[in-house]
Amino acid sequence: MTDPDLPAGVERREFDGETRLATRGPPVYGEPTADGWRAWDPERSKLGGMLELGFDTGLTGGETVLYLGAASGTTVSHVADFAGPTYAVEFAPRPARDLVDAAEPRDRLFPLLKDARTPSRYAHVVESDVDVVVQDVATRGQAEVAVRNAQFLADDGRLLLAIKARSEDVTAAPESVFESALDRLRGAYEILETRRLDRFHEDHLGVVATPNATAQR
Amino acid sequence: MTNTDDDAGWFAGGPTPEAAAATDGEAVRSRIADGEADAPRDWPALAVESGFADSRDDYYDRLHEASVAATREAVRERERADDKQLIHAVRAMDDCERTANELAERAAEWAGSLFDDAEPGVDGARAVAGRDPNGELERRAVSLAERVADLADERDALSETIDRIAPAVAPNLTEMAGSELAARLIALAGGLESLAKKPSGTVQVLGAEDALFAHLSGRAPSPKHGIIYTHEYVRNTRPADRGSAARGLAGKLTLAARVDHYAGERRESLHDDLRDRMATIRARAEDESDSATEGGE
Repeated sequence: MTDPDLPAGVERREFDGETRLATRGPPVYGEPTADGWRAWDPERSKLGGMLELGFDTGLTGGETVLYLGAASGTTVSHVADFAGPTYAVEFAPRPARDLVDAAEPRDRLFPLLKDARTPSRYAHVVESDVDVVVQDVATRGQAEVAVRNAQFLADDGRLLLAIKARSEDVTAAPESVFESALDRLRGAYEILETRRLDRFHEDHLGVVATPNATAQR
Repeated sequence: MTNTDDDAGWFAGGPTPEAAAATDGEAVRSRIADGEADAPRDWPALAVESGFADSRDDYYDRLHEASVAATREAVRERERADDKQLIHAVRAMDDCERTANELAERAAEWAGSLFDDAEPGVDGARAVAGRDPNGELERRAVSLAERVADLADERDALSETIDRIAPAVAPNLTEMAGSELAARLIALAGGLESLAKKPSGTVQVLGAEDALFAHLSGRAPSPKHGIIYTHEYVRNTRPADRGSAARGLAGKLTLAARVDHYAGERRESLHDDLRDRMATIRARAEDESDSATEGGE
């Protein structure tokens, strides 16, 4: 059942006759479960969408993760199921309440009520040289958030980013929003792969990047 | 202030070895919630080195327990914040700012008579506050400048508090308007409930009462916007379309306040609708400049 493109701990499994991405852990949001596995819905999760679309995420399982924009913990709970220590940053209290419930039974998932735009407020908790930063924040300045958080990534680490065009500027075409976001990202990252997530998420761009060794970070 | 020393980590940070070693829930929770560091470090290794944890696994177990407790507590506290607290905070912020500026004038005038290089304003007062005074008069002038700097700091701290509690009080209104404008609208209306009950035409001119009454007594045209002028959608729209932009924005802000008061959930469609409406209004300017170019050919 293991798929070479998927990280260890993520499998395609049958739920009611349908093959779907799944991780093993306690259920969080009423998702279908079978034999201790929980279906990971790519329509509700940008990272799930990126895995389903075959992005080269570099994820192998067991890595240390900083997740920005964890919301109510839908995606980050799946991440914590297959990854190692996982720091989940969310700024809004209402979804963070559900995030804490998702984190409680996962002993390597650490919920933090913090603003991803001010990393100094959580740099005393989140360790340096994490393997992966996953970012899904729906505020303006998404690229800027990624740049400010580059300091947490190991030199060979990966940024897995979903950029939502509508959060930046609705009066501009998504393509030009993505282009200027990528320009800002290049200040701190080397872009490895970009692809639209439209099959699952309209007007979103998926980005895989790695810290740029030459850039001033 | 922040630092990158070993004791910047959430598990240390106490002023004395006893306080640093205190691992009782309360102290650890507040260090996670309020601590800061300039940059991340290999905290698990440092925690083991300092004796806080026996091993990496032990460290992560403690971090899990502490972060779940701290975040649960912080969520509870933020959700307890209500519109009345937000109103106090925004009014106090304005008072601090106004008083700081007023006092800064006095401080600058006095400092100017004592020191050669005294600058006006709050920044000038901060510079004076950093001086080493000689004699009683200089001591008093420097001390006065320190009050100005403290008041300005308090204003900034209040602004951060507003940023933190506004999303809990009114998530949709805050996402649409930003925390400061959301707080001001709630303060002008006298509460989230009364804001939710106001017609959108009233929300549009909140904060422009003088202009509105001048209009009602027949002395002036009707105001296009009140405090919502500070919103980017109004301010950065060309003057000819600003009335439409203000009307459109006020309509959606009113709906946002109603959803926040009566339902309390985030509603994505509201924000999409506003973006679409603004895109339409701003497209007018482009259409006109397009047709102007065509007409000129």
